[in-house]
Amino acid sequence: MNDLFTYTLRLGDDALIAAQRTAEWIAAAPQLEEDVALGNIGLDQLGQARSLLQYAGQLEGAGRSEDDLAYFRDEREFTNVQLVELPNGDFAATMARLLYFATYQHLLYEELRGCADETLAGVAGKAVKEVAYHVDHATQWVLRLGDGTEESHRRMQAGLDAMWPYTAELFASDDLVRRLDVAVDPSTLEEEWLRRVTQVIEESTCSMPTSSYQHSGGRQGRHSEHLGYLLAELQHIARSHPGAQW
Amino acid sequence: MLALMDSFQATIDADGRIEPRDAMPEGYRKTLIRQIAQHAHSEIIGMQPEGNWISRTPSLRRKAILMAKVQDEAGHGLYLYAAAETLGVDRAELLDLLHAGKQKYSSIFNYPTLTWADIGAIGWLVDGAAIVNQVPLCRCSYGPYARAMVRVCKEESFHQRQGFEILHTLCNGTEAQKAMAQDALDRWWWPSLMMFGPPDASSTHSEQSMAWGIKRHSNDELRQRFVDMTVPQADVLGIRVPDDGLRYDEETGHYSFTQPDFTELYEVVKGNGPCNEQRLAHRVKAHEDGAWVREAAAAYAGKQAQKKASAA
Repeated sequence: MNDLFTYTLRLGDDALIAAQRTAEWIAAAPQLEEDVALGNIGLDQLGQARSLLQYAGQLEGAGRSEDDLAYFRDEREFTNVQLVELPNGDFAATMARLLYFATYQHLLYEELRGCADETLAGVAGKAVKEVAYHVDHATQWVLRLGDGTEESHRRMQAGLDAMWPYTAELFASDDLVRRLDVAVDPSTLEEEWLRRVTQVIEESTCSMPTSSYQHSGGRQGRHSEHLGYLLAELQHIARSHPGAQW
Repeated sequence: MLALMDSFQATIDADGRIEPRDAMPEGYRKTLIRQIAQHAHSEIIGMQPEGNWISRTPSLRRKAILMAKVQDEAGHGLYLYAAAETLGVDRAELLDLLHAGKQKYSSIFNYPTLTWADIGAIGWLVDGAAIVNQVPLCRCSYGPYARAMVRVCKEESFHQRQGFEILHTLCNGTEAQKAMAQDALDRWWWPSLMMFGPPDASSTHSEQSMAWGIKRHSNDELRQRFVDMTVPQADVLGIRVPDDGLRYDEETGHYSFTQPDFTELYEVVKGNGPCNEQRLAHRVKAHEDGAWVREAAAAYAGKQAQKKASAA
C-alpha cells in the first residue's frame, strides 16, 4: 500500500468535493460581489484539488490522471471528510462550514509546507495563502451575520450548530498519518483550531455549539447519502463517454 | 444651459468623450442608462445558462475554465452597473427594474444549454457575437462605458477562444462528440444572428444612438461582420452552418446568408422564449433568498459605525 498516495488523495478529495459545493453558489449568491468571492474560493479549492490529484496519480504509478481519479471512482473510494460533502444549506451554513474547514486547512497547510516531500510542500505553500483569504472571508461573514439582525443571528447559530457534528472528523488520527513521515497528524491541530474558531464565534455573539454526536468514516470511504448524488452529477458526462477527450 | 449643450454637441462632433459631470441631454442620459443596464443585466442573467454546466463539466480543467468565465461575467456585471451609476441611478434600483420585468437583457440567454457542446457554442457564437457588438462600444461617446468595454472585450476574446477550443476538441473526438457539436451549432446559429437586433429598417433606437456616438455601426452591418468571421471558423471545425442559402460572394467579399426569423426574436423579447420565466425566477429567488444577508451586513455596518462614534 502506497501511504503517500493515500494521504495525498485524502487532501485532494477534501479540496475537490469542497470546490464542487462552493461552485453551486455561483449565480445564486446574495449579491454580485459574493458571486465573485465564492467563485474565487471555489477556484482556489479546485486548483488545490487538481494539483493534489495529479500528484496522487503519479505516486500511485498506475497511469491515472486527475480526471481518472475525480471521474472514475465510486463513493466508497472517495476519502474526503463528510463536512465538505454536505449540501450547502443557507448562506450562514455555508459560511459556518467555510470557517471550520478553511481554518483547519490553514493550520494543515502551514505545517505541510515545511514537510520533506517537495511537491506536497509546494502545493501547501501556495494553498496556505489562498486559504488565509478563505478564513478571513468566512470570519467576516460569521461576524456580520452573528451580530447583524435577529434573523441573521438565528441563522448563523443554526449554521454553526448544523456543521459542528462534522468537525471532529477533521482531526481524527489513524495509523497512516502516524506512520507516514511527511503527513501532518491532524489531531495535533485541534487545540489551535478550537481556539481560533471559538474566538470568532464568541465575537460574533453566537454560542459555541454543544452537540455531542460526531460523524466519522469519510477517510475510510463511509460517507453521508449526499455524496452519491454529488458524484452522479460531477461524473456523469465523463462516464457516458468513456475514453473521450474533452 | 444652451452653451453647455453646445459644448456637448461640440464634443460629440469632435469624437471626444462625455464624462459624468459634463452636461448632456436628458435623452442621451436615459438612452445610456437603458443600454448599460441592459448590458449589465445580460452579464448576470448570462451566468445562468453556463452556470448550469459547472457541476457537470467533463474534466477538471474545463471546470476551472468555466468557473473563471462565469466569474468574469459577474465581474463584468459589477463594472457595468458601476458605469450606469455614474449617470445617477443605483444598482439596487436597476436590479429592481430587471426583477419587475421593466428592463430587458439579451434574449439569447432565454435559450437552454442542453449538452456540454452548448458551452462551446455559447463561447464561440454568443461571445463571438458579443465581441462584434462590443468592440465598437470601446469608442462609445460616453467615457465610463467606453472604458468598461475595453476590459470586457479583452476577457470576451478569451471566452470566445475557449468556446472554439471546446468545439474543436469535440469535433476531433468521437462520433457522439461530433454530433453533439453539430447539434449545438444547429440550435445556436439562428438565435446568435438575432443578437444583433432587428433589421436596420425596423430598429427603433438606432438612428439617434448613431447621432450621439453611442452606436457606431448598424445592426445589419454587425450581423454581416459576424457571419463573415464565423463561417470560415465553422469550416475549420468541420461542422455545417444550418443555412441552405449560405454562400460566399466573390464580388463583394462577403457571405450572403438567410436572415433569421425575427418574429421569433420579437416573441422572445416579449417574454415568450423557452427560458424567460426560468431565468428571471432564478434571479429573483437568489435576490430574495439573499435579502436577509444584505440586511444583516447593513445592520452590522451600522453597529460598527456606532461603536466607533461612541468610542471617539
